[in-house]
Amino acid sequence: MIDIFHASVIILILTVFLCLYRVLAGPGWENRLIAVNTIGTKTIVVLVLIGLIYERPLFLDISIVYAMINFISTLAIAKYLKRGCVC
Amino acid sequence: MLNTLALIFIVVGLFFMIVGAIGLIRFPDLYTRVHATGKCDTLGEGMMLFGFILYEGMNLVSVKILLLVIFIFVTSPTAVHAILNVAYTHGVEPWKKGDERR
Repeated sequence: MIDIFHASVIILILTVFLCLYRVLAGPGWENRLIAVNTIGTKTIVVLVLIGLIYERPLFLDISIVYAMINFISTLAIAKYLKRGCVC
Repeated sequence: MLNTLALIFIVVGLFFMIVGAIGLIRFPDLYTRVHATGKCDTLGEGMMLFGFILYEGMNLVSVKILLLVIFIFVTSPTAVHAILNVAYTHGVEPWKKGDERR
């Protein structure tokens, strides 16, 4: 079962490189923002997997905090672009 | 028995994650790309994390993973909707058949 986790971590990191292509090549800022959001959700699963592989429950808290930060940053950028200021 | 069920969930979730990434690259327009990533990522993530819950059994770790699944199921579509709302008001037209890739 553990090597299934190893394999899925490697596959997820390879898919992050796929999304990284869209971040670089994306015609506009909105494509880049979607790709970064996707990379964020993939990183959350990689963090949980690391927590399971190395038996460290701390990584689950890190992935929850990372999910929150990913969500808040996406909303802040969207609000800034819509209204010109986050205030 | 429970481990095989967890394995099935993890593998299917992984499949959805890969398909989401491929869709992000292959599709011609912003809105079609968001179709792929917004839905496939949320579902793939939910299934993988649910597979971890089945693997872990009943302890504090699976409670945290369950909270994470609920949080992601609520926030990931909301974030994607916020981005699309801004992109639409900034005048990004949807792609029609025959247009070139945007």
